[in-house]
Amino acid sequence: MDVIIKNLGLLINATLIATPPLLLAALGSCFSERSGVVNIGIEGMMTIGAFTGAVVGLKVGNGWIAFLCAGLAGALFGAILAVACISFHADQTIAGTAINFLGPGLAVFLCKAMFNNSSDTPAMDTSCKLPKLFDGVFPAGSFWSNVLNVYSVAYLVFILAIVCWFVFYKTKFGAHLRAVGEHPEACESLGINVYKVRYTCVILSGFLAGLGGAFVTLATINQFRPNVIVGQGFIAIAAVIFGKFSPGGATMACLLFGFCSGVKTLVGSSNTISPNLISMIPYIVTILALVLFVGKAHTPAANGKPFVKSK
Amino acid sequence: MKKKKSILDSNVLYTVIAIIIGFAIGALFLLIAGISPAVAYGKLINSIFSKPKYIVWTLVYASPLIFTGLSVAFSFRTGVFNIGAEGQFVVGSLAACVIGILVDVPAWIHVPLCLIAAAAAGAVWSFLVGLLKVKRGIHEVLSFIMFNWIAFYLSNYVVNLDGIHKDGSEATKDVLSSARILLPQSVIDKLGCNVSNWGFVIAVVVAIIIWIIIEKTTLGYKLKAVGFNSSAATYAGINSGKSVLTALAISGALSGLGGAIQTLGMGGRLSQFAGQEGFGFQGITVALIGASNPIGCIFAGIFYGAMKYGGSKLSIVKAPSEVVDIIMGCVILFIAISNIFKAPLQKLFGKKEGK
Repeated sequence: MDVIIKNLGLLINATLIATPPLLLAALGSCFSERSGVVNIGIEGMMTIGAFTGAVVGLKVGNGWIAFLCAGLAGALFGAILAVACISFHADQTIAGTAINFLGPGLAVFLCKAMFNNSSDTPAMDTSCKLPKLFDGVFPAGSFWSNVLNVYSVAYLVFILAIVCWFVFYKTKFGAHLRAVGEHPEACESLGINVYKVRYTCVILSGFLAGLGGAFVTLATINQFRPNVIVGQGFIAIAAVIFGKFSPGGATMACLLFGFCSGVKTLVGSSNTISPNLISMIPYIVTILALVLFVGKAHTPAANGKPFVKSK
Repeated sequence: MKKKKSILDSNVLYTVIAIIIGFAIGALFLLIAGISPAVAYGKLINSIFSKPKYIVWTLVYASPLIFTGLSVAFSFRTGVFNIGAEGQFVVGSLAACVIGILVDVPAWIHVPLCLIAAAAAGAVWSFLVGLLKVKRGIHEVLSFIMFNWIAFYLSNYVVNLDGIHKDGSEATKDVLSSARILLPQSVIDKLGCNVSNWGFVIAVVVAIIIWIIIEKTTLGYKLKAVGFNSSAATYAGINSGKSVLTALAISGALSGLGGAIQTLGMGGRLSQFAGQEGFGFQGITVALIGASNPIGCIFAGIFYGAMKYGGSKLSIVKAPSEVVDIIMGCVILFIAISNIFKAPLQKLFGKKEGK
């Protein structure tokens, strides 16, 4: 029994570590997609956020400032995407692909330029990282320590998910952003500034993706490496489509991915089954869940289409 | 015959502008990093053109990229976005590698067998995504991303299987020499590149075939029609579901072939992946620079191959090779917003040639 409880604690712990980066990026993606801009550049924004977080953490020594700076770096890339897609009517997929080259490229480039041609940043002291909640309150390794003594941001992220849901469905801005993604022409005729709403949403999605990336370097591990994000941005996009473009759905989908990767971490260490086969599970589960339960998602009608203001 | 286009309407001009801007921004970052752009770009160009064998290396690097570029371009032309070229490339290289190791037949059977297996693997991988889209309405971008990762781990799993895995390494055994597509030894000695292979020739032939399919056949016309407006195509009596499946299968087969060319040509074996290798994502860039035209993809593939090969030599002058990613990212970005140059340029020069 004790073993089961202990493993359950470890599983919850692993889930709570794996979910926040995905969830932050996915919440951002919800804003962008629902306002009508496909943001395929999440991956690049997360990578630049991960790098910025690690560098600022290292130089300034304060995890929270580093976390915020990472968000701003992501927002900067969000702004590039926004200018290209909204003001210049670029094809959104193409511009997003560009971000996916620019973000990781720039991150590793600057890393090599700053740290003597090394593609990893030096490891940070724990004091530079984001703090843990209830550190030292429970005995190390106990169930409650595993469940509750997680980086405080992990809990903030779940609160943020609720805030996002509130913004989406209970505020005027939320109503505007959902409308703008469905029928921008009608919104414009009602006096809603389509460009302003979309700019806000895309920059916000960059900000949140940057935070998601920084969670990895400031909490999960303690440095930046080129493969630190590998595909998490794309998984976040998948989670948003899986969750039918709503913050609540995306949260559930991210928890599923986080849980699967928690299982992977736990079972992977036992070495009975090939870790490669276990690693496939989240992706196969997603496909099966879609085929069996979820089915067709309603994509916001104006998603991916540039909006040209009428004169 | 098409109407003669003014140079101001041609994609080539704006692609060239985008490439120039890309290099300029790359130079800016090199300056910020305290590296002379002249030295870095000098090394880049030098490592591509200064010896004939470097040009051969460039073409070796370009071959798989032409395939993934063709794959994405074909999907763009038929109205789906194949972001899954990465996974199709991986299953293609895996199929070619396994058949290359396990089946022992003469070269004239072995090579075609490996190529067909790789194309089939890529086609199936992509077709499944199409099936999910057509039958269950599941967003193809989502399934492609999932299938990319399943392929990734599948490959790592197979690489480590007994009989395939080479003891004491992180890779498979070498594929049998009968499956390799290397040029004859005498030619290799003359060229000075030890992995000179037929890949580039095969890529050019396939690009021409794809161009003919898209531009000159009924099949291509149908696929394009569905891509352009699926409701209208359905109204005109085209089975749009079937078209999507056909288009995706062809697109997947092209990526799979690219994987085979890489394994049978350059690699000779398959290594365990640490992260996605990016051939599929680079294929998106190739397709964009090539304006989704199969022939354009050949040149775009050579350009990307050159940048990749030249970039790999940049560490000699202590410049981060990632400057290539920055340049390529800017090139794509400025191709995407090329209309900001189009209007002013047309105003300046093209008054007579109004639409």
